[in-house]
Amino acid sequence: MSSPTLPPSESFKFSMLLSDTRYRGMSLQVITFIIFMAVFFWLVDNTIKNLALLDKDVSFNFLWLRAGYDINQRLIPYTSDSTHGMAALVGILNTLLVAFVGCIIATVLGLFVGILRLSKNWIVAKLMSAYIEGFRNVPVLLWIVMVFALLTEFTPAPRAFKGAEPEATMLFFESVAITNRGTYFPAPVLAEGAYWLLLCFGLSIVAVIYFIRYANKQKKDTGKSLPTFWISVAVIIFPTLILFFAMGQPVSLEYPYLKGFNFKDGIHLRNSFLALTLALAFYTSAFIAEIVRAGIMAVSKGQSEAAASLGLRPNKIMSLIILPQALRIIVPPLISNYLNLTKNSSLAIAVGYMDVRGTLGGITLNQTGRELESMLLLMGFYLAVSLLISSFINYFNRSFQIVVR
Amino acid sequence: MKKLFLGVLTALAMAAGGTFAGTLDDVKARGNLLCGVSTGAPGFATVDDSGKDVGFDVDYCRALAAAIFGDPMAVKFVGLTSAVRFTALAAGEVDILARNTTWTYSRDTDLKQTFLGVNYYDGQGFMVKKELGVKSTTELDGATVCIQVGTTTELNLADYFKENGMSYEPVPTADNAESQQQYLAGACDTYTTDASALHGTRVNLENPDDHLVLPEIISKEPLGPLVRHGDDNWADIGRWVLNALVIAEEKGITKGNIDSWKDTKDAEIHRLLGTGDDDILAMVGLPKNAMYNAIKAGGNYGEIFENNLGATSGINIERGVNASWTKGGILYSPPFR
Repeated sequence: MSSPTLPPSESFKFSMLLSDTRYRGMSLQVITFIIFMAVFFWLVDNTIKNLALLDKDVSFNFLWLRAGYDINQRLIPYTSDSTHGMAALVGILNTLLVAFVGCIIATVLGLFVGILRLSKNWIVAKLMSAYIEGFRNVPVLLWIVMVFALLTEFTPAPRAFKGAEPEATMLFFESVAITNRGTYFPAPVLAEGAYWLLLCFGLSIVAVIYFIRYANKQKKDTGKSLPTFWISVAVIIFPTLILFFAMGQPVSLEYPYLKGFNFKDGIHLRNSFLALTLALAFYTSAFIAEIVRAGIMAVSKGQSEAAASLGLRPNKIMSLIILPQALRIIVPPLISNYLNLTKNSSLAIAVGYMDVRGTLGGITLNQTGRELESMLLLMGFYLAVSLLISSFINYFNRSFQIVVR
Repeated sequence: MKKLFLGVLTALAMAAGGTFAGTLDDVKARGNLLCGVSTGAPGFATVDDSGKDVGFDVDYCRALAAAIFGDPMAVKFVGLTSAVRFTALAAGEVDILARNTTWTYSRDTDLKQTFLGVNYYDGQGFMVKKELGVKSTTELDGATVCIQVGTTTELNLADYFKENGMSYEPVPTADNAESQQQYLAGACDTYTTDASALHGTRVNLENPDDHLVLPEIISKEPLGPLVRHGDDNWADIGRWVLNALVIAEEKGITKGNIDSWKDTKDAEIHRLLGTGDDDILAMVGLPKNAMYNAIKAGGNYGEIFENNLGATSGINIERGVNASWTKGGILYSPPFR
């Protein structure tokens, strides 16, 4: 008996890189990578050569030059003497504001519409279908322009509020003015001692959080549920309210009033902001509603039947049984809708809203002629924001996943 | 990381264009001139009822096309917003930009453009509704102002209100049409842009008499055609077609009488119209009768002005500083020799 012999070991040949399955996968990847990099460098090289031909260089120094133009909506101090970099920052904050407010409204609306579309009430279900199909199937740019047109064409000019018998009047005890330039709200003015009030309010919220945790634990241990909602409302409202009067009303409201051409003071929500935010929120909420509906329908029917047979009411079944399971399905596609809303906000220029596309990618680009640099910065910004939103929600998503014990 | 690469690739693919020497040869090979004009500035570049491009800037491009091809219609007009005009020119989408564009230092140098001269001395003004009761720009403190983004007017506006210690709220718009719409809807109290454009816009409103262009002019806006850096011969051609139109007015050469100068003793007219022995236009690669064709296309500077901006057009802008230097204006061409 001879011992089994190993096959004679072949020496490595260059052709084996493609013919041998052990190496083929790797070598194909290397080749693809080399081609990709070659194309990439060709493009970079071509760009540099052509820029040189046009006698242009690549420089980001313009960010430190005086901008020279004004921006109507600014969340940080900015004048025409500020730099282009500051103008870009003002634009970035305006973009983030629209994205943030838009996402919140879209989520709340989408959740309601999605659940109501599954309602057994025929009219409600059909109305919600109409809402979803109407917003989902028309380009968002048209909705933005449409909302803006409604806001500017069918509202009175500030001048209509003038005179002894004005054509238009302010709403809610002379506190809110809806004009074709935006809506003016009273603004809170903090006097001395207002910080104690804020502190008190903050402490109340912390107390409520601890209380809800305690109530949940109580429910798990004993099965008794406390009237959490009403106690929370009371804890949030009353201490702050009592302190407010005890300290002699340190927070007052500053009402908008008509002076010259426009309303002065108060909080001014421009029509451009309202139109963009609302249109984006409506549009995105239609998609979110469908995701919510899909998520709910994906939870097996046996779950709700089992819950019903235990004697739970429909709203409890929804909040305790269905939604927690549906969320696992809802959250991942929700991310892409948030990203879409954020990126779609770059349509702002259609209504003259000064987002980062309008400042850095619009006026600055124009005044300085730095197209490539501005566009690279813009793309970098949107990329960074998108990645941040994704990673944040992915982190949030993990808390909903089934924990394998 | 892959996302980033793809994004950069797209940007670079857009930036990777061709080369730009020998524009005249390119234009000749193509058979027509690509002229960047406004998307709608009454008097300067609009489309008339029959679908034909008309306007002050349009006529300049027709003269240039006539100088090159002998045919004023051998030109394709590309409507550009103020925001994309320089990019379009730099990228070679148009051969020349005649889009009521203000000549400034940084546009000339940093943006790498060559201005060919001034075809209209303009200034920034304001238009208001008469019912507002405003008679002067100094009464505009706190006003909401409609303004086109990416223009010099935006910077002048900021400076003017700052210098005068007044506040304002800018309402940025993409072009003249949108500004006009916002202004009419009352979303802004006043619309500011070059005074010539305001006059042009006003006469086209439903009730022009309800609107007033305020008397103050807050800036210098010398408007002119421009080309990109890098082809001096092409710039020379554009510059001298413009000058030829101005000289023609100075000399009294009109579209109607252009054929009756064959026996004149003025040598400059012979050089200009190509009726003499010298063929100085060969220096820039144009046919001998190029300027004859250019003037024949739409008339001299004065005729073009009158037809598009003056009394004939209904816009009724006075010649003012835009009159020839021989008539008290500042329009002055270097000699054609």
